[in-house]
Amino acid sequence: MTATLENPQTEMGAIPSFQVTMRVERFDPESGSGSYWQEFTLTMHGTDRVLDALHQIKWDLDGSLAFRRSCAHGVCGSDAMRINGRNRLACKTLLKDLDLDKPVVVEPIKGLPVKKDLIVDMEPFFASYREVMPFLVTTGNQPSRERLQSVEQRAVFDDTTKCILCAACTTSCPVFWSDGQYFGPAAIVNAHRFIFDSRDEGAQQRLQILNDKEGVWRCRTTFNCTEACPRGIEITKAIAEVKRAIVTRSF
Amino acid sequence: MTKLDATDLPAPRARRTTALRGGANTELIAWLFMRISGVILLVLVFGHLFVNLMVGDGVHAIDFAFVGGKWSEPFWQVWDLLMLWLAMIHGTNGVRTIINDYAERTGTRLVLKSLLYLAFVVTVVMGTLVIFTFDPCPPGSPADLLPSFCAA
Repeated sequence: MTATLENPQTEMGAIPSFQVTMRVERFDPESGSGSYWQEFTLTMHGTDRVLDALHQIKWDLDGSLAFRRSCAHGVCGSDAMRINGRNRLACKTLLKDLDLDKPVVVEPIKGLPVKKDLIVDMEPFFASYREVMPFLVTTGNQPSRERLQSVEQRAVFDDTTKCILCAACTTSCPVFWSDGQYFGPAAIVNAHRFIFDSRDEGAQQRLQILNDKEGVWRCRTTFNCTEACPRGIEITKAIAEVKRAIVTRSF
Repeated sequence: MTKLDATDLPAPRARRTTALRGGANTELIAWLFMRISGVILLVLVFGHLFVNLMVGDGVHAIDFAFVGGKWSEPFWQVWDLLMLWLAMIHGTNGVRTIINDYAERTGTRLVLKSLLYLAFVVTVVMGTLVIFTFDPCPPGSPADLLPSFCAA
């Protein structure tokens, strides 16, 4: 036997552990009593993320806690939530990077109806997404070989191809909070992805859709979306580019 | 859960509804106006402040004669008129968007916007009237308070 097993805490390379209090907003639609806060105190490690803490609560303390997650590696976009007042992915937020002297506050993302605990109804979000036609629109016959594109042509919309539809941006937008009809940053980002794609021919149609009372003109350039995006997309810049495209198209 | 029945779904190949969309609409023009008027106002307002507060005796020179003298020149009439109109439309549009963003009930929105537009009309009409009908030499006033050209 090595020393590792006898005294794991002081072993070189051991991961430090610490106490963390998770303050989670709970909501049970069947109880009819509205939402309430619940605190859990856990022993977590330096390598743990907020998602691991939620897992520990669900698996060991309270199985009724409901939240979404799929890949748990920052790509699927399922576990966007409000952590200490900021929209983030639970699977990309390390506990050790947060202020652990205070409880870690976890709420569902704002502006969408809460279904249970941290799960919100994403349908209004995806309805706006579908509205901007997030697919390739072309005319004429199908080409017999692939549609080629230069590096420069691709670079124009490269940033907005990174979107994972987690809704962190749209639900951080104060305009979306007060006006659920607003398309929201995510839909505009995904429209941008096709509007500026040299292979696509539906740009005019998409610009027309976004030149709406509830379209890009609702944007107040508060940069909340850019700050919230877990993929680091420059969302406000993308929205500005769509605005400029609509203006140059109209005059 | 909302249930879709057949009548909610648009027919295949139906034309998209384009109501309120398309060319240069109100929201587009309002957005563009804010940018353009903002830049012009920057020049107008700081030009105004510079001429009134810093040139010559600066702020100590401002009296009835100074204002009367300025408004007897067409250049300053146009300058102040432009400043008044652009600032009022710019500000009113800003408050309009704030009301649209934050007043959720239709009734509240209607009342607030009515008050806003009323204030806009009163201020613009009165300001415009003053700029054009201003009399720099009211009869029967002591000459030392009036602009120099009133001497006759």
